This record gives sequence, C-alpha cells and structure tokens, in this order.
Amino acid sequence: MTALIYPADAKVRLELTVNGERRVGEAEPRMLLVHFIREVLGLTGTHVGCDTSNCGACTVVLNGRAVKSCTVFAVQANGGSLLTVEGLARKGRLHPIQEGFWEKHGLQCGYCTPGMMMAAYDLLQKSPNPTEEEIRRGISGNLCRCTGYVKIVEAIEYAAQKLRSDPSWRSGGD
Amino acid sequence: METFILVFKVLGFGDLCLYPASFEYYAPASLDEAIDLLNKHREEARVLAGGHSLIPMMKLRVLRPAYVIDLNRVKGLKYIEEKGGEIRIGALTTYYDVITSDIVKRRVPILAECASVVADPQVRNWGTIGGSLSHCDPSGDMGSSILALRAKMVAKGSSGERVIESDDWFVGSFQSALKTGEILREIVIPTPKPGSGGAYLKLERKAGDYAIAAVGVQVTLDGSGSCTYAGIGLTAVGPTNLRAKKAEQALVGRKVDDRVIEEAARAATEDCRPTDDPLRGSAEYKRAMVGVLTKRALNKALADAKRSR
Repeated sequence: MTALIYPADAKVRLELTVNGERRVGEAEPRMLLVHFIREVLGLTGTHVGCDTSNCGACTVVLNGRAVKSCTVFAVQANGGSLLTVEGLARKGRLHPIQEGFWEKHGLQCGYCTPGMMMAAYDLLQKSPNPTEEEIRRGISGNLCRCTGYVKIVEAIEYAAQKLRSDPSWRSGGD
Repeated sequence: METFILVFKVLGFGDLCLYPASFEYYAPASLDEAIDLLNKHREEARVLAGGHSLIPMMKLRVLRPAYVIDLNRVKGLKYIEEKGGEIRIGALTTYYDVITSDIVKRRVPILAECASVVADPQVRNWGTIGGSLSHCDPSGDMGSSILALRAKMVAKGSSGERVIESDDWFVGSFQSALKTGEILREIVIPTPKPGSGGAYLKLERKAGDYAIAAVGVQVTLDGSGSCTYAGIGLTAVGPTNLRAKKAEQALVGRKVDDRVIEEAARAATEDCRPTDDPLRGSAEYKRAMVGVLTKRALNKALADAKRSR
C-alpha cells in the first residue's frame, strides 16, 4: 500500500455515498467539505454559518458521526458515507426529527435548523431516550439566535419518542 | 482560537480568510510511510489527525503547510486496551471513543470526564487524544489529565520509538516534546491501584468554550485512608498544562481531611501561573478559581477513591 497523493491546486475526483446514492465530484485538497456539499454536489440544505466551527449550521453525518463540515477537508470524505439534511426524509415522508421540528415549531428563521437536525440525529443514534439535559448537551455545538432553544428541545423530545415507537426509521439511515 | 484571531488582527493581516492556503495532500497507508513523508518535508509538512485545531489554524493562515499528511487512513492507531498494568490508547482515538470506553470508565474515569467537557459533541466525534496532546494548547483539557495520571507518550520517528514522560512532554505553548519528523503513536497510562479516584472540573464562560481554568485530580488512598498518590494537572493557567506539585506534596503521605484539602487547594493557587486576558478574566480571578476547582475536584476524587477501596 502506498500513500494517496493529491497535488496542490489540482482537482481530484472524489467518490462517496451521499444520502444513500453514489456521487462523484471534483475538489482540490484545500476545499472544505461544506463547500463541496453545497457547490459541487449542489446540496444547499447544509448551511455555512460562522466558518469557524462554532455555530454548527454546517453539521452533517460523515461515516456515522456528526461533524462540522467547515472543519474537515472534502478529500477526507473520499470513499466515505455522508448524510445531509436532504437524506433524512424517506419516500416523501418526513423523518421523525423533521416532523418534530414541524410539530413543535422548533425553528423561527430556519438557518440553524439543518445543522440542529443533524446534531439531533447524532444524539438520538447514541442515546435513543435522552433526558432534557442530554438533549441540551447534545445540541451544545449548535447555535440558534432566534428560539431560545426551548422549542428545539421539545422537537427533539418528540423525535426521540417517535423513533422509539417506530424502529423502522432506525435501520440503515446512512 | 480567539487568541489567534486577536494576534492576527494586531499584526494587521486585515480580514480573516476562512479558506486554507493550498497544499499537497497525502493520505499514507502506514505510520512508517507517514513518518517518511514527514521526514522528507520536515517543517513544511503538518500531520492531520482529527483536524479540529489544525484546520481552523490553516483557515486563519496562522499555519500554511505546503504538505498535509492525513493519518486517518493509517490502520491500528485507534484503540484502548489494558494489559500488564497499563492502559494503552492509540493516538487517533477520538474523545468520543474515550468517553464511551468501558476500560476508561472503570479504570481512569478522570479521562472520560475530561474528554466529555472538550468543546462540543461534533468536535468530540472527530477530535483525537493524540492530536490534542501533540498540539499542546495550554488550554487543552486532555493534557492536565495526562499529567495527573503521569502517562507516557510513545513517539515514533525514522530511527524508531522513544518514550516521553508526561512531565517532559509539555515544552511550551503549542510546543510538545516531539522532534521534527516524529509522530505521537500511543499514550500509556499506568493503571491506577485499587482505592483510586479522579475528577476533572472545568469552568467555562459558555458551552463548548476553552476553560477559564480547569483542574484534573487523581488520587490513591491506602487501607488506612492515607494518600499514597496524588496527581494534579492545571489547564489554561500557565504557558502549558501544569502539574500542581506543591498541591500534590500537601496530600501525599497524609490522611486527607478537610484541612488538608484546603491546604492543597491553597498550594494549587501558588502552583498556577495565570495571566490576565480580556476574554476569560484576570489572573487573580483565575488563581482563585484554581483553588475552588482543586478543592471540589479533590472532594469528588477522594469520595470515588474511598468507594473503590
């Protein structure tokens, strides 16, 4: 086995699974994953907020774990599996996390919502029956400047309950 | 990170550029290959582990490596195992792996407690223990637990491996004992004896922030309740993570009661070397907080030690 070498400034062909589909795109080594997702894959549900790994608006799930996609290079995702907010719903049905945000009014302006939902996804994978405190800790890497978080916490509680009662959502999401 | 932004602005670099300068990317398949590449490119290269310190620094152009060597395709650097009185942790083990490890929870809960207050869940998913220790941020949480546990670092270079004591690891701010061309491979923690307990307490301004001050405490009590081991590490109150040696001396060989705890906490305030900073408070405040945190961490660690005897 030898090292993969991607020269500076040259575009590299990346192949990865995105929301269950095989996708191919080009990126130079310095391209951040969030820009690859938005500009190359055309999936603009993932937002750029602070660009400094503070706000969490760019959160996606890479290889089963939530990450702030402004703090990982696109080339690192090569060959991997990516889940973005666009991949939550299935066959036209909202994912319980999305349904929770809808039912409990877990958003106002909506800018933080995709990242908030992907952080919730990570939390509920690790801890299917979280306490309120665990939910608050689970979204501590995501900033919302509108809601004061109360409705977001309720939305995630709703989603947790729904996911527990309908295990079909738990299998093979990404 | 705010410190960097501040330095950046003071130096007059103008607007922040949140896109790294271009670099050549390597993803070696083995550690030997990574070391060869690092030795070939020396100071021009940087090693990428979790990337949650390196990438922000590259975005701010504090660092502009011409080569980035990504360790994430190297197998066998992610593990936590216990063997022969030692706990061995691979450098690429993430904070999340540390938090959820049964070995850590059972043997060195201080590490799980420490990892669980680093930044936020996303960062803990990706940030690695080896990356954090190699980065040597004086505000890094992991370093203080490593000092409290008197762990050893195993560094690998082109001429083989060497073992570095935690006391010798923290050379300066953002400067570890690694020589150019070396990579931290493993962290080795002596398994604490029965009757041990630990705690890591962190005071932060807001969720996920760097510490205003934080204290890691590891103690062992013998059958009569005398303290036979004390390790205390301090975060964000000096040029590096610091060992609170006077505080440790105040504990070892004594039956630890409230008076001794007070004495150790006071000693810790003398051991620390905080500076004033506009974001996280005055040196005086941080010093006082070191006293408070040391006392609370000691109470918690001692209670655990008594329970595990």
